[in-house]
Amino acid sequence: MRHTISLLVENKFGVLSRIAGLFSGRGYNIESLSVGETIDPQISTMTIVTSGDDKIIEQINKQLNKLIDVIKVIDMTELAHVEREMVLIKVAPRQEDKAEVLRLTEIFRGRVLDSSKTTYTIEVTGDEKKIEALVELLKPFGIKEFVRTGKIAMGREGIRKT
Amino acid sequence: MKISGAEIFVESLKREGVKHIFGYPGGVILNIFDLLYDDKDIQLILTRHEQGAVHAADGYARSTGRPGVVLVTSGPGATNTITGIATASMDSIPLVVFSGQVPTMLIGNDAFQEADIVGISRPCTKYNFLAKDVKDIAKIVRESFHIASTGRPGPVLIDLPKDVTSAKAEFIWPEIKIRSYNPTYEGNRWMISQAAHLIAKSRKALIIAGGGVVLSGAARELKELAEITELPVTMTLMGLGSFPGSNKLSLGMPGMHGTYYANKAIQDSDLLIAIGMRFDDRVTGKLDAFAPNAKIIHIDIDPTSIKKNVRVDIPIVGDVKRVLTVLNRILKEEIKEQWGEVRKAWLRQIEIWKQERPMTYTYSDEVIKPQFVVEKIYELTKGDAIISTEVGQNQMWAAQFYKFDKPRMWLTSGGLGTMGYGFPAAIGAQISHPNKLVIDIAGDGSIQMNIQELATAVINKLPVKVAILNNRYLGMVRQWQELFFGERYSHTHLEVVPDFVKLAEAYGAIGLRATKPSEVEPVLKEAFKIKKTVFMDFVVHWKEKVFPMVPAGAPIDQMLFEEVKEKPEKKLKAVK
Repeated sequence: MRHTISLLVENKFGVLSRIAGLFSGRGYNIESLSVGETIDPQISTMTIVTSGDDKIIEQINKQLNKLIDVIKVIDMTELAHVEREMVLIKVAPRQEDKAEVLRLTEIFRGRVLDSSKTTYTIEVTGDEKKIEALVELLKPFGIKEFVRTGKIAMGREGIRKT
Repeated sequence: MKISGAEIFVESLKREGVKHIFGYPGGVILNIFDLLYDDKDIQLILTRHEQGAVHAADGYARSTGRPGVVLVTSGPGATNTITGIATASMDSIPLVVFSGQVPTMLIGNDAFQEADIVGISRPCTKYNFLAKDVKDIAKIVRESFHIASTGRPGPVLIDLPKDVTSAKAEFIWPEIKIRSYNPTYEGNRWMISQAAHLIAKSRKALIIAGGGVVLSGAARELKELAEITELPVTMTLMGLGSFPGSNKLSLGMPGMHGTYYANKAIQDSDLLIAIGMRFDDRVTGKLDAFAPNAKIIHIDIDPTSIKKNVRVDIPIVGDVKRVLTVLNRILKEEIKEQWGEVRKAWLRQIEIWKQERPMTYTYSDEVIKPQFVVEKIYELTKGDAIISTEVGQNQMWAAQFYKFDKPRMWLTSGGLGTMGYGFPAAIGAQISHPNKLVIDIAGDGSIQMNIQELATAVINKLPVKVAILNNRYLGMVRQWQELFFGERYSHTHLEVVPDFVKLAEAYGAIGLRATKPSEVEPVLKEAFKIKKTVFMDFVVHWKEKVFPMVPAGAPIDQMLFEEVKEKPEKKLKAVK
């Protein structure tokens, strides 16, 4: 099963490598990883999407907890949470399709960041399913470039997962 | 007053109580070596290879319980430490390894003797640092000793760039505060209580004690637990000495080369009390078939060790000594169970297994059997010696036929299985125990991996004894080839083995040789009398194998034993 794990870590050099090394050294896969500073510049958050059976996920959580630079490990999968990722998509539609591309962008609450004679660069944020749905719809129009940030996640206050 | 980074470093080591450092000099670390040249408080033991330095520090740490300290230069000096660091990491040994590094402005430029040792050592250290600022040195030294020796111990590496050790700053001895590092020492009280009740209900329980008992200093508490509960104890390779091997409740070692009765007892037990051990594959054999009827209580300071390999019914995260103290109190004061006939029946069954297949070997009057040498060492030392081993058959025979009654007297590379470990480890142990008999039980293959440390032993006047069980083969691999590869001895016959007597003499040590069983005892006695480094070359039966043996991947009660001879020679039972 897929798990989204959120980490609070010391913002020091080498920490990312330690965490990535933990995954590669034990043969676990990282599907996506995003990292950035928190309000406190000495601490960073990392969001890691990984998958495995219960035993593997338990080991991943324990092993992450064991790292000296890791302050907190939260398996978001077990909690009510919001998650987002952002993509930039460069589409090159034919003249007659341009309106349809713009319409789809609007439906998905995306924004056009840049346009040229032949392309639109579209920004979309949302959960995985939303992004995948838009990508599927835009594919027939010709996607030239595609960049994805990886997921970030945050627990929801006062709500228990049912 | 501002002082140099090197001076801050040396002062910090003194504050940590360091008396001995094992090391090897080089260009970028000279600032520190220069200071140590005439220092009265810290002695630097110069080894002949950086790997030797790390194993020596490791032997020092295992025999004393205090972190071993290593100081080497950058590049090859640093990379040569990796095998030693990985060895310590696998066995949870506290080490603090300082490596020199090229000046900060050259880092990343492929400078002469530059290696990214922080990157290289990351997977095999508990933690590592690059000291980028002279002001951080004292803090880093303090934190590294703290991290290495608390929680589950392990090696810590600190990389010291040359310009940082020559820059100046005020010496400030800081308080330690690492917000993200908080090992759990106290076990969950409710879980411990559950464990006590499970023990009370069990009919055929068994204690498996691992290296964690030794590391935690919990031998007394373990003995008390066995006595209160009247339960038998088996000790893993790393756990030997955590419970007296000569005690009637001792079952010796379990697993691949463990005793028949330990393995039978595990497979038949209804409860395993696993203490400070990690269910290594050499202990469990085929996992699906391991202890099929047993519930498992697992006590360990490292939560990642629990449920990693086997299912666990009662996990207890905490320091073994503290957990056992609470567990023993509950058993004594709240449960107060007298097991009587239930335990007697279980111990009777174990006694039957002991009689069925005791630890034996076939003695010969013609050729020296390696087990005989180990037995004689035990008999002559009465168990009062620090024993290190290399890796392979020599290690297993030492584990099987020497009885360890006290912790920290047994130094062996359990997890990584590092050939070349034993001799430098013995040197480290002898440095910390100058008046103790220290013996490395070696093979002719393994001893050649760090044989250059003869110079270290001789120059420091260390009376280390090395008993080489010389069969001219990489014996354990040869054994596998014999049993599983149709006797195709691909590259395990060493053919040219040095004359160990002459080699010892060439370094200024003493060399002795025994080629017949009758010479074994005189050679050992003579060696133990000599207050110098001695190599003993025991020319042993080349075909001798380590039995019992569980083939890799088989259930642990499916063991191979020594083949029965048509005309059985005199059977000699292991020394009691």
